[in-house]
Amino acid sequence: MSTQHDARPLLDPALLQETIETALQSGATFAEVFVEDKRSTSAVLDDSKIEELTSGRRRGAGIRVILGETTGFAHTADLSPEGLQTAARAAAAAAQSAGNSNKSVAFASDGSMPAPVAAVMPDQVSGSQKVALLQKADQAARGFQAAITQVSAHYADSRRRIQIANSEGLLAGDDQVRTLFAVSCVAQGDLGRQTGRQSMGHTVGFEIFDSVDVESMALQAAQRAYTKLSAVPAPSGEMPVVVGPGGGGVLFHEACGHGLEADIIAKSASVFAGRRGEMVANPMVTLVDDGTMAGEWGRYGVDDEGHLAQRNVLIENGVLTDYMWDYLRATKEGRPCSGNGRRESYQHLPMVRMTNTFLEPGPDDPAEIIASTDHGVYVAQLGGGQVNTVTGDFVFGMTEAYLIENGELTSPIRDGNLIGNGPQTLQDIDAIAGDFAMGSPGTCGKDGQGVPVGDGTPTLRVARLTVGGTAA
Amino acid sequence: MSDLLSLCDRLVAQAQPGEQVEVVAVHERETEVRAYEGQVESLTAAESQGVGVRVIRDGCQGFASAGTLDLAILDETLAEARENLAFATPDEFCALATPDALDPAVLDIYRQELVDFPVETKVALALELERRTREGDPRIIGVESADYSDSVTQTAVATTTGIRTTAAETGCFLSAYSLAEENGDTQAGFGFSVGRQPSDLEVSQAATDAVERSTRMLGAVKPPSGRMMVVLDPWVSAQFLGIVGGTLSGEAVQKGRSLFAERLGDQVAASNLTLIDDPTNPAAFTATATDGEGLATRRNVLMQDGRLEKFVHNSYTARRAGTASTGSAVRGYASTPGVGVQAVSVQPGQLSPDALIAGIIDGLLVQGVSGLHSGVNPVSGDFSTGAEGLRIRNGELAEPVREFTIASTLQKMLLEVTAVGDDLVWLPMKAAGVTLVIAELTVSGA
Repeated sequence: MSTQHDARPLLDPALLQETIETALQSGATFAEVFVEDKRSTSAVLDDSKIEELTSGRRRGAGIRVILGETTGFAHTADLSPEGLQTAARAAAAAAQSAGNSNKSVAFASDGSMPAPVAAVMPDQVSGSQKVALLQKADQAARGFQAAITQVSAHYADSRRRIQIANSEGLLAGDDQVRTLFAVSCVAQGDLGRQTGRQSMGHTVGFEIFDSVDVESMALQAAQRAYTKLSAVPAPSGEMPVVVGPGGGGVLFHEACGHGLEADIIAKSASVFAGRRGEMVANPMVTLVDDGTMAGEWGRYGVDDEGHLAQRNVLIENGVLTDYMWDYLRATKEGRPCSGNGRRESYQHLPMVRMTNTFLEPGPDDPAEIIASTDHGVYVAQLGGGQVNTVTGDFVFGMTEAYLIENGELTSPIRDGNLIGNGPQTLQDIDAIAGDFAMGSPGTCGKDGQGVPVGDGTPTLRVARLTVGGTAA
Repeated sequence: MSDLLSLCDRLVAQAQPGEQVEVVAVHERETEVRAYEGQVESLTAAESQGVGVRVIRDGCQGFASAGTLDLAILDETLAEARENLAFATPDEFCALATPDALDPAVLDIYRQELVDFPVETKVALALELERRTREGDPRIIGVESADYSDSVTQTAVATTTGIRTTAAETGCFLSAYSLAEENGDTQAGFGFSVGRQPSDLEVSQAATDAVERSTRMLGAVKPPSGRMMVVLDPWVSAQFLGIVGGTLSGEAVQKGRSLFAERLGDQVAASNLTLIDDPTNPAAFTATATDGEGLATRRNVLMQDGRLEKFVHNSYTARRAGTASTGSAVRGYASTPGVGVQAVSVQPGQLSPDALIAGIIDGLLVQGVSGLHSGVNPVSGDFSTGAEGLRIRNGELAEPVREFTIASTLQKMLLEVTAVGDDLVWLPMKAAGVTLVIAELTVSGA
């Protein structure tokens, strides 16, 4: 399949230039236009029926104007010169400026769009091919066991093209393709219903299904639900927690990731504020946020402010090395951006966000980590989490977990949350294995905006976390 | 607004023989002001619109949406919806809603005062909120955010089956997140105020709540693990009631995903609990006279004195269950109608929160929960969430506690509600909160 790559910019650079100059006329120090054209499709199978194939599109521009300490923002779905001029004036008025000036802007590039990183673009694939994947997954899960009483499967793809121009001469673009597949099962037993889920998501096109087998994903989801039918109530209280490979990314995302975002740091709303250069974790811990990881869910070419994605080491051998930055915070500190300025859509202001956050492998053997744990919990799959960055207290859910008794995995346990404190947990990590894996695709929510993120870890142990079950 | 409806009509008129077509169109205007350290940190003026088109033919449904009201794109959207239906599995129950006998309630939820409210005054409100919060207590070291936000929303739904409805509403919201510090310990707290028009908003209330919620957590410690009597404050109970409401959707029941399937008529909660979903109550933040399919919303009693009375339905799940829609189709323009509760509350009790706490020798007041999305399994009913709050000792609030979880099952918790407070309050979510006393939850701490 070869289609000619269309390198034309979403909007003519001359039009972007006029829009920025209008926005600047009010005396602003910075103006930016963010253009987005996103198309997505989604197909849902539930209750053994293809319920629907849906398609959506979103196209518009967000205009940001900074004057002093104030940011003005307006957005429009009307990308005509008139529509953009109106939005530019609205953003400038929002910045409440009094003065006026006539600045001109020259771009450092011609605004040509990069080629998407996808071999098979979603729109080259027929609806029936997408739907066939769902049916395969449904049949596989239902064939697993009579106890599987309900299956839903979800396919989604999107192509998001963005273009960013600002008053500093930046003109950049990106073409982001995403493909996601998920299966959820319900198992019915004597003691009630249980659920199991398996999902995958990558920043590539339909070629992902050459290497991902949706039937084995369905079997994993079914197995999870079925296993939990015999689950015992989770224990309650502090104990060692071993997290399996790929499972622990959410833990770091919540335990310290959010607390290392420069906008939160700037407002002293993080327990990690003012701690750069300090030993904040066990020396085994090296934590990285990397927006360039090929194919991963949080990967992109440039961020939503036009800066190249990059690999940022946040914690190196236990020492806090740096925070993550967007334009606003980096400019205030007189330092370069770190490629972490992201926004959900053209209707949102950018802010500091994570990309793919992961823990580097360590020296330990995964089997030995479990064998040396007398009594605790092994978490094979985590759900979402949440953190209070001010206190560092964070929670994350376990959706597949087992008791560890005398160094062995025993009974499966029911769903629940774990709670810990970020700085304490980083110190309490006492084993890290070499079996690194990336986890499930996630959507990270902050201040009402959701963006796709990835995470990963090898097997690791936290000497002490509070497991929030109901068993005495 | 008539523009939105005529735009829907225009697409509906393009239905081909044998097709049902439904068009929903939304137009929204929003302003958001964020104040920080005495200045405006950001001001967003936004206008957004979108349309969703559903086409049904021979029991197959196709859907497409677009974030614009551009006429040329709307025609393409209809064509896409039509193409998409070819891939659906035929379903005899799949059809659009048809008008029923009920007229939409007349709700006073659109206020010209908000539409005419000048942006300078919005800015002033945010700045005042930030200042009052900052100056509220010497231990307040910062206000992470102090926001004013409002929205003016108009919606229209039209179908080939004869539904033509419009709705309009205004809403505004103040919220403050404060940071308090003492002896090297920092705690956060929030306060808010909601209304249909700016004159409904209470700046001092929002500021005082944020100050109190953060300062009273100073010095919080981790409580010991054990089973305890727990008081949920309104902010927390509303979140749980919203989740319980979600388990009563006809869709969850029909697909075997509700823990209350096959329980109609059973005593599933304590007899002091009457659970009502009533989007026609104008006091509800999510009040609406019409549902996502354009049918009139109505008052639905879900549990009466603890007995399970009703599941909620949209027209599809109702048809499948052999009953009538309860006006409970929920959706945005970018999705097909789901089923859900829209404005849940419980019948308030007789006693004030203070009186309820006075009767507890040893317990815990929970003022905030975290990780609800990962900690509640609405299929099995298991839940376990992060929590913070205050110990209750000998009938009085005592030391603050944090970094613990509360856990049980939804089934058990509902049966163990020992008292309902008299302090029902509508919150910025699809549920009202009220102080609830639960006989026993498992607290996991130190």
